[in-house]
Amino acid sequence: MTAPAAWPLRMPSIGYRLLGVAALCLALALATDAFLTLPNLLNVMRQASLTFLIASGLTLVIVTAGLDLSIGANLGLSACFAAAVIQASGSVLLGAAVGLASGIVIGVMNGVMVTWLGLPPFIATFGMLWMVYGVNYWYMAGTTIYDFPQGFRNLGSGDALGVPVPVYLMAASMLVGGLFTRYTTWGHDIYAIGANREAARLSGIPIRSRLMLVYTLSGAMAGLSGIVYLARLNSAEAGMGDPLLLPAIAAVLIGGTSLFGGIGTLSGTFVGALILTLTLNGMNLLTIDTNWQPLVMGVIVLLAAWLDASTRRRAEARA
Amino acid sequence: MSRAAVLEGGARWRAAASRAPGVAYLLAALLVFFALFGPRFASAPNLLNIGIQSSILLLLALPMTLIIMAEGLDLSMGAVLGLAGIVLASALVAGYGLPAALGAALAVGLVFGVANGLLVTRVGLPPFAATLGTLGAAQGGALVATGGQSVVGIGPSLPALYASSWLGIPFSIWVAVAAYGAFHVLLYHTRFGACVFAIGGNRDALALAGVRVHAYHAAIYALGGLMAGFAALLLTGRMNAGHPTAAIGMEFDAIAAVIVGGTRFERGYGGLPGTVLGVLAVGVLKNGLNVLAVPSSLQVASIGLLLIAALLVDSIRGRS
Repeated sequence: MTAPAAWPLRMPSIGYRLLGVAALCLALALATDAFLTLPNLLNVMRQASLTFLIASGLTLVIVTAGLDLSIGANLGLSACFAAAVIQASGSVLLGAAVGLASGIVIGVMNGVMVTWLGLPPFIATFGMLWMVYGVNYWYMAGTTIYDFPQGFRNLGSGDALGVPVPVYLMAASMLVGGLFTRYTTWGHDIYAIGANREAARLSGIPIRSRLMLVYTLSGAMAGLSGIVYLARLNSAEAGMGDPLLLPAIAAVLIGGTSLFGGIGTLSGTFVGALILTLTLNGMNLLTIDTNWQPLVMGVIVLLAAWLDASTRRRAEARA
Repeated sequence: MSRAAVLEGGARWRAAASRAPGVAYLLAALLVFFALFGPRFASAPNLLNIGIQSSILLLLALPMTLIIMAEGLDLSMGAVLGLAGIVLASALVAGYGLPAALGAALAVGLVFGVANGLLVTRVGLPPFAATLGTLGAAQGGALVATGGQSVVGIGPSLPALYASSWLGIPFSIWVAVAAYGAFHVLLYHTRFGACVFAIGGNRDALALAGVRVHAYHAAIYALGGLMAGFAALLLTGRMNAGHPTAAIGMEFDAIAAVIVGGTRFERGYGGLPGTVLGVLAVGVLKNGLNVLAVPSSLQVASIGLLLIAALLVDSIRGRS
């Protein structure tokens, strides 16, 4: 099946990045025996899938040349709400629904600020990050909610047919998201807005409603990730989402989505999440001090941004 | 739009002054509110305390104003401040004098600032990505160098300096005042300052006018790094130690203060007087809520609210 005509947009080359994954795997397989074991590889897939789930909504936001800095805090609040409801009512479904709803509400508020109030995405979602963070710390008041039913925990830490459950969630959202961005008009609108907002407006694309959709999706994915993280950790505390924002942004950038907008794919973000997870996993297996992790992550982000900027410059030189 | 008029010193100053009132009203309202409802808020020691708490933030917010006016961003400032603090404290522990230690901290800051500037101007990275990368590098550097531990035993010279005061005003407030004066002259009375406005306004026109835009643009980031290094003096003096994670997130406070103060990411919009008011608004809000015994978590939330409220007021004023 060929893509519709409205798909001429330049996409990041997955090839180089898959080569990077292969090189990382080869290096780790040679460096340590612990890497090429089934449990470790499944563990890498599980972790990369979780990172992808947080970063997936953000990918679409960044494709519109926007930004959502509130996803980490959003994830934390959704997980804490879900945890509180599950403990109070005993109903996993109700808890998950509340967690997801909390994520969606925050996403809608971001969307309203960015579209109807016209606030710059960086600042609007940055203010939201602090509000959500503060509300969550106040709500939890330093407590931890832990110990959930085994059935719920399987969502994050269980396996089905030998494959971690988050991997199915990742595959499902990548499939749906990929079909949406590639084969629907709305999906194409998102790229058009990011590539040239004025041109998109002049061609009659309803920019506000598309941006609303994207920020709402980002909030919803943060809420969903919050539930899966809760299931994985089997405990909820106010700060649980805070360390997850920067890796999510890094995964999106490594995956070739451009901060300039208009370019990026969900599959790229998964490869980005994989590269990030493999690097951190490798550092763990090689028992490298965790203090090195921010430095390594920073260097990876710079490399990814440099790759983006240089391919963009080459494309402009050809044009 | 006539850029020449904007480049005119007086017009720039008037433009900045006409933008200041929004946050000035906000600050006045906060002061009145807390004076009425906060016991001991409106006492001289507490007001001095707000000044002391705000001084480090001002040192970061001043260069951040210039960076944001130039349509940029520096996320690495807090991490660079932390690393510079480690270097400063380590140099003092190793027995070097305060001037040498401060010089080392400034050098660290300058190296990161220049790196940010080159990444943004020469390599062409978006400021968000470039400074996110150097944030990781600086934070990682501080953690690796210390193994995550505090650097203690810095001797009496820096704490004594920090605790000193002149004419009843504490040292850190004098430092903040001096820094403001220097930045005011730099932005409003020098060629460099004119270029800051023009880079945010229309950098292509500036390049066509024969100005070395890249050099000036990179210098703005270098200044940011330098000030982060300088702020290590106050941070280390206040904590009597160097800690690798002490300043994490401080760049976010600085960005919030700058935005609340009326500076925007576009068209060279903004000014330093607004930033001072923005820093004070953040400081007064934190201190006042503290006096009212509001949990610190809700203080954090209120700053997010302040940020969005300031933007909303601004966009409503702009539309009418």
